[in-house]
Amino acid sequence: MPHAATLEIRGLSKQYQVKGDTLPVLDNVSLSIKPGEFVSIVGASGCGKSTLLRLVIGLEDDYQGDILLDGHRIVGTSLERGIMFQEHRLFPWLTVEQNVGLGLLNADLGEARKRDAVREHIALVGLEGFERAYPYQLSGGMSQRVAIARALVNRPEVLLLDEPFGALDALTRAYLQQELQRIWAQEGITMILVTHDVEEAVYLGDRVVVMQPRPGRIKRIVDVPLPRPRDRGDYAFAAIKEDVLSEFSDRPRDELIAEPRERNAVEWQFSW
Amino acid sequence: MTRSTQPISSPGRWPHWLHPAAVPKPLRGWVIPVMLLTLWWAAFRFGWTTSQLFVPLSKVVDTGLRMAGSGELAHALGASLYRMVLGFVIGTAIGLAVGTALGVSRLLENLIGPTFHTLKQVSLFAWIPLISLWFGLGDLAKIAFLSLAAFFPVVLNTFEGIRSVPRAHLEVARVFAFGPWQVFARVVWPAALPSIFTGIYLALIYAWLATLGAEYLLTSGSGIGNLLVDGREHFWMDQVLLGVLVVGAVGFALNWSASQLERRLLAWRGRSTAQF
Repeated sequence: MPHAATLEIRGLSKQYQVKGDTLPVLDNVSLSIKPGEFVSIVGASGCGKSTLLRLVIGLEDDYQGDILLDGHRIVGTSLERGIMFQEHRLFPWLTVEQNVGLGLLNADLGEARKRDAVREHIALVGLEGFERAYPYQLSGGMSQRVAIARALVNRPEVLLLDEPFGALDALTRAYLQQELQRIWAQEGITMILVTHDVEEAVYLGDRVVVMQPRPGRIKRIVDVPLPRPRDRGDYAFAAIKEDVLSEFSDRPRDELIAEPRERNAVEWQFSW
Repeated sequence: MTRSTQPISSPGRWPHWLHPAAVPKPLRGWVIPVMLLTLWWAAFRFGWTTSQLFVPLSKVVDTGLRMAGSGELAHALGASLYRMVLGFVIGTAIGLAVGTALGVSRLLENLIGPTFHTLKQVSLFAWIPLISLWFGLGDLAKIAFLSLAAFFPVVLNTFEGIRSVPRAHLEVARVFAFGPWQVFARVVWPAALPSIFTGIYLALIYAWLATLGAEYLLTSGSGIGNLLVDGREHFWMDQVLLGVLVVGAVGFALNWSASQLERRLLAWRGRSTAQF
């Protein structure tokens, strides 16, 4: 079983410069993630949850605060941190096995070990028989499974998932959530899932981090002390889901409710 | 409400055997050439024309056989193709290098880009006077001109292809800690390949067009273009028409081989275009 990492985020803040103005994206985010833990992060769009992942993976830098993996500050991207994006991002000119093999391009393994690892991970996501297929021949769900295999093939200590199933249909999504849960249990690595689907967050996470926007910060962390595999129809499951959802609907958003306005007769005439 | 169930192409108007769709698909491209050739043949067979500016198909075929037999045709065609291939290869090679350099480096783009974009606006044939002064009228001048014809489309499409590599793919490369050479060889180059291929495809067509142009304007030596010039000067309509047919056939063959190669190299694109 590979080593799973402890991820420590302390006082993390990030701003973007937009036309000379400073736009805060993340404000003082602190989060400690245990080895092998599954943490879900939910929030409305614009709450900085994707930016948080891009900072942890190392695709963005220039932040304040600390991101520590096993006590070491992260620098740039590294093979010990894997990511899966919302789009599969497979290379269309490579076959399934070549795409998975990309993850091992710079791994310190012999050719034979690399071939074995690719085969094992294609089997892990249940795509035996599709090794030589090109991405245009795969469905959306199959492509995302290839992306899971590619992200896991070099055995990262932490896997980041950026709304990985957001673009899939409901049935495929439910199936892949189950698959991800099985892979997480089997591989025992730390996973961080960013999503806007509360049910998905509760179904998969040991903890659900609720974020709020402008600027992005942590509003609340909800524990999900349910045994796995979880039953979406279960009462306890529904109660936790309701609890998380209530964070998004506890008060009406005043700015979205328009004041009723006096209308004159001419306007009424055209209101049909 | 009743709906009409009549098929769109009603058999009452088009007899089945005369409908264009009755021709098997691989042969459909031959319908118009065969019709034109038949018309040509019939025009003389039934005496519709007696013009001196037009000769019977049979005479063109006879001339073709005679010139093929004497080796005259092969010699001319060989000379033209030799120059075309050489010019195409030189122009494409330099074009790939320049296009890649412009695409990969902002600094080089800023330095070379404006000059390149100005020069590409100059009509290809406007280079002929300069080229003939510098390189004479022989093979060297023609090959220089052909290289120039192949150069521009390759540079433009290589540059465009490299600049439009999706950022999403470059991020994947960063996540897997690719080095600069790995990024180029495994992401940038393959992603740009369809566009680069379009450039090479255009270069092939331009090079063949320019071959004729060069032989027409830099009249020395032999070639298909010289065959046409000779034919016109001596009023040998059969030779002129033979030249036109050969030029067309070579162009068709070049186009066909390029599309076969593209289909093989870019099989990973699948069927990306609409099927009606």
